[in-house]
Amino acid sequence: MSEWNQSSLDEVPTMGSESQKADETFAMGIALPDGEIPVPDYDETLHEKPENQWLEMWRSLRANRAALVSLIFIVFLVLVAILGPYLTPYNPIETDMSSALQTPSAQHWFGTDQLGMDIFSRVIAGTRVSLTVGLLAVSIALTTGIILGAIAGYAGGWVDTVIMRVMDMMLAIPSILLAITLMAALGKGIDKAVIAIGLVSIPEYARIVRGNILSIKENDYIAAAHVVGLSDARIIFRHVLPNALSVIIVRATLGISSAILDTAALGFLGLGVQPPQPEWGDMLGRARGFIFQAPHTLLYPGMAITATVLAFNLLGDGLRDALDPRARIK
Amino acid sequence: MLKYVIKRVLMVLPVMIGVSIIVFSLMRVFSPDPAPIVLGQHANEESMQAWREANGLNDPVVTQYFAYISGALKGDLGTSYYTKSAVTDEIFARFPATIELAVAAIVFASIIGIGLGVMAAVKKNSIFDAAGSLFALVGVSIPIFWLGILFIMFFSGFLHWFPSGGRIDVLLKPAEVTGFYMIDALIAGDGEAFSNALNHLILPALALGMYSMAIITRMTRSSMLETLGQDYIRTARAKGITETKVIAKHALRPSLIPVTTVIGLQFGSLLGGALLTESVFSWPGIGKFTVDCILKSDFPVVQGIVLLVAVIFVTINLVADLAYAYLDPRIKYSSKKER
Repeated sequence: MSEWNQSSLDEVPTMGSESQKADETFAMGIALPDGEIPVPDYDETLHEKPENQWLEMWRSLRANRAALVSLIFIVFLVLVAILGPYLTPYNPIETDMSSALQTPSAQHWFGTDQLGMDIFSRVIAGTRVSLTVGLLAVSIALTTGIILGAIAGYAGGWVDTVIMRVMDMMLAIPSILLAITLMAALGKGIDKAVIAIGLVSIPEYARIVRGNILSIKENDYIAAAHVVGLSDARIIFRHVLPNALSVIIVRATLGISSAILDTAALGFLGLGVQPPQPEWGDMLGRARGFIFQAPHTLLYPGMAITATVLAFNLLGDGLRDALDPRARIK
Repeated sequence: MLKYVIKRVLMVLPVMIGVSIIVFSLMRVFSPDPAPIVLGQHANEESMQAWREANGLNDPVVTQYFAYISGALKGDLGTSYYTKSAVTDEIFARFPATIELAVAAIVFASIIGIGLGVMAAVKKNSIFDAAGSLFALVGVSIPIFWLGILFIMFFSGFLHWFPSGGRIDVLLKPAEVTGFYMIDALIAGDGEAFSNALNHLILPALALGMYSMAIITRMTRSSMLETLGQDYIRTARAKGITETKVIAKHALRPSLIPVTTVIGLQFGSLLGGALLTESVFSWPGIGKFTVDCILKSDFPVVQGIVLLVAVIFVTINLVADLAYAYLDPRIKYSSKKER
């Protein structure tokens, strides 16, 4: 972690204004590892649309060490999630009361919990749950959000008003409160948690997509597409959405991190995954009573959540900077 | 401006009606029947039927909704399934605790966040900047309930500086006037109770405020950097004004305009975060209570709380938007699509 901060200190020229630094995509990638909101006034001509935005994005991302490290870490997490069952030294749901609350040792790297389950194995196994929930919840939010946002932005008029007012209503309730209220209606369980977390983040995506579509819609080539007689659906999906895709990807990456945080929060409150299935938040919630007696039970699951969320945040920030130095948070 | 204000205020109404419909249908239509949960598994069908009848749950949903809303407009949010006391009483008995916590959290978050943000911007690319950025990054990535647990482990368990939970030592509890213990302690002139309440407040407030602190740090830094790049700052420097004065008098004020809005919005989201923080620190506020009520299907109380929080949230957003419009007249609202 300190490495990339150090690198930003060494490599960024300390003289000159922000806008000069932003001139070079290369320098920019390194200059903004913390995902700051970059300064807006810079020379437009230096950022002509590249031939291939994905290639350009990758180049710029590659220069951002923090984002690159995060990407590697995420790939590692995905591997752990897939290979989980082969990596766990113990059965993550096997209790052994005779060895409960043991401190970390050679047998149990992270110690054991209040039921004698191996914490290392449970943290490994929990990776799959967290990543799956994060991805699924974001997929639900993304798909619904894109469709609603696209319709609202493209159709305009009363359709737009109705959709966006409903989004405002959802935004009027803090997302975690809305999520647990949904859980009360749906019942406990990880599948319901996915739906609840997915539903509460729809408005974010709908807003972003709508905003992008409103600006893209003004372009001449969209008018041209109308003139040629293309159907609305085709125009939206072939000509409008692809141009908003990069922004959506950035938002989705950051969205995964908040989905993982929300999953952990629901788990912590006892509403998410039901025991004995391993989930990081649930592990913390259940071990809470042992905070002074066996602090190690609360250390590792929390570290796993933080590291995972951090990685997705860094990657999302890196992607945003790579994509558009003027992009703003939210 | 006036037109904008009126339009913005009028937008609140449909949102609130919508929120009430959403919450009501979630609780009364989609939720499982609360009767067996409230009366216990062994209740017979007759007593459950009688209970449903008594609580109006057999009426058509639309009738129930209008009965609820007309009650709500008169300040009656129904009664708890369990305690049988008015939901408003249940809520307001706990509300001051949550507000006290949230206010303390936003005060900590603002002071530390603005301080760090300004320092990071002024000493750009220094160790302060790096530390500030790292702090901001970790602050948004760490789950607040885990942070609370770490605080308890370290500051209560290891250092014994602060208590690990609760609002105040029972024996020191001041006579209730406002419900805010620190204010009540001051009214009673009880210094010991005041410092005891403050001691209880610090850890949960810091844990709850951490996320907002991170956001405020980021926002202050970038806003300050933007201001420092402006021509008039260069002019001020060229005139030979000391750097401290340039920052304090010329750069800080305009930089804080967007930060103010963010602080307002963060205060709303703190109410959501309070759900978790209060559970960790056994803080007897509305957050922990909500979770308990959801777990035991006490729907009238949950409905009341969600509505109340939504009203506060929407009001804060409204005030933040209006404050922004007032502070920064350049904003053209007609063209403003997203923020």
